[in-house]
Amino acid sequence: MALSQKTKETLLGPLNANNPVVVQVLGICSALAVTVQLKPALVMGVAVTIIVAMSNVIISLLRNTIPMRIRIIVQLVVVAALVTLVSEVLKAFAYDVAMQLSVYIGLIITNCILMGRLEAFAMTNKVWDSFLDGLGNGLGYAAILIIVAFFRELFGAGTLLGFRVIPESWYVANGGFYENCGMMMMPAMALIIVGGIIWAHRAINEEKK
Amino acid sequence: MNTNSNTYTIVYATVVVIIVAVLLALVSQVLGPRQQANVQLDQQKQILGALKQDISNCNDPAALYFSLVKDTLDVNGHPVYVAEIEGEQKFVLKLKGAGLWGGIGGYLALDKDLNTIYGANFNHESETPGLGALIVELPFRQQFEGKHIRNAQGEVVSVAVLKAGTQAEGQEQVDALSGATITSTGVSDMLKANLAEYASFLNELPEAEPEAEEVIEENQTSNQTEE
Repeated sequence: MALSQKTKETLLGPLNANNPVVVQVLGICSALAVTVQLKPALVMGVAVTIIVAMSNVIISLLRNTIPMRIRIIVQLVVVAALVTLVSEVLKAFAYDVAMQLSVYIGLIITNCILMGRLEAFAMTNKVWDSFLDGLGNGLGYAAILIIVAFFRELFGAGTLLGFRVIPESWYVANGGFYENCGMMMMPAMALIIVGGIIWAHRAINEEKK
Repeated sequence: MNTNSNTYTIVYATVVVIIVAVLLALVSQVLGPRQQANVQLDQQKQILGALKQDISNCNDPAALYFSLVKDTLDVNGHPVYVAEIEGEQKFVLKLKGAGLWGGIGGYLALDKDLNTIYGANFNHESETPGLGALIVELPFRQQFEGKHIRNAQGEVVSVAVLKAGTQAEGQEQVDALSGATITSTGVSDMLKANLAEYASFLNELPEAEPEAEEVIEENQTSNQTEE
């Protein structure tokens, strides 16, 4: 599929050069909260991607009718309605996942990436572009979440997606030499990993220039 | 059209809110029964977990539930699920307490002596994944199996959840989860408080009498209170 230069930039830009988490430093709070294990991070990434894309489309459709003075409220109502919908659907069709994510699904409403994209992009751009922008930003957010969760679950619990990666026999408790890094389980460590990613990301992009 | 006039703004806001309200009400109505069924199925699965049934490969947990759980008693508003496993009667008590971030709960299955723990299952609303959330995992739950909730005098004293190396006085204990002290203490307190709620059930039941008669008796008591 051939994409025009602009489309490509809208969709793929947020994955790297304009990443919402590591470049714009948005949505950090949820990146700390749901990244202890890989599975909730994945589900959160998918949920945010769907909600950003859909709310971008809806706001873009309404952009010429929204009164300027209450535009933030209208955006918030749209986002809140979508989040409630996703949460209800999850409770009906994926109860276990809904229970695991518990409050974090509701907290998507407060994710700065959503309001940021609605205000900065969907209010002034066409529907298709807004959809791509939402998709790109959601995926950019999900990518960082998955990287952070990968390190935290691997070094914090020795598992990935619940499957054991570091053999039981390596552990000190079983006469081995290895011990899980308890620090990885703490929210502070997520912040340090995000910081590390930002560092690596800037260093690599600097070289390219 | 002037989209910045007061009238337009008010009408716009009203219409948006009404549309969203109708939409959400509709979705809630449509999905409601399905969600209720999920909640109920989840409860049945948890009770099966407390009864040490492996349901990971079970296609129809509800059917398994109804084949095992024969009766539900009511003790001052708290349910007791009477199950039968391999001819042995088990009593499942419902637990409810508080963890670190939110509520925790669970089910405690007792042998028919109402002393030995047959199995335990826990759930939580929002404990930290990898730390407090580990109370739902088998290694923690299995510690409770075979412990006794009564002391040598037959008084109900619960089971303590304590840091490895510390010694409980006058009651049996299991190891707490490291890094999840508040959640562990929450489980300990939950067991103690809920067993106290069930005191009338646990203490009235004479151990020598056959359980079947007792079940009928229990039903009569609850009927009387209803009258």
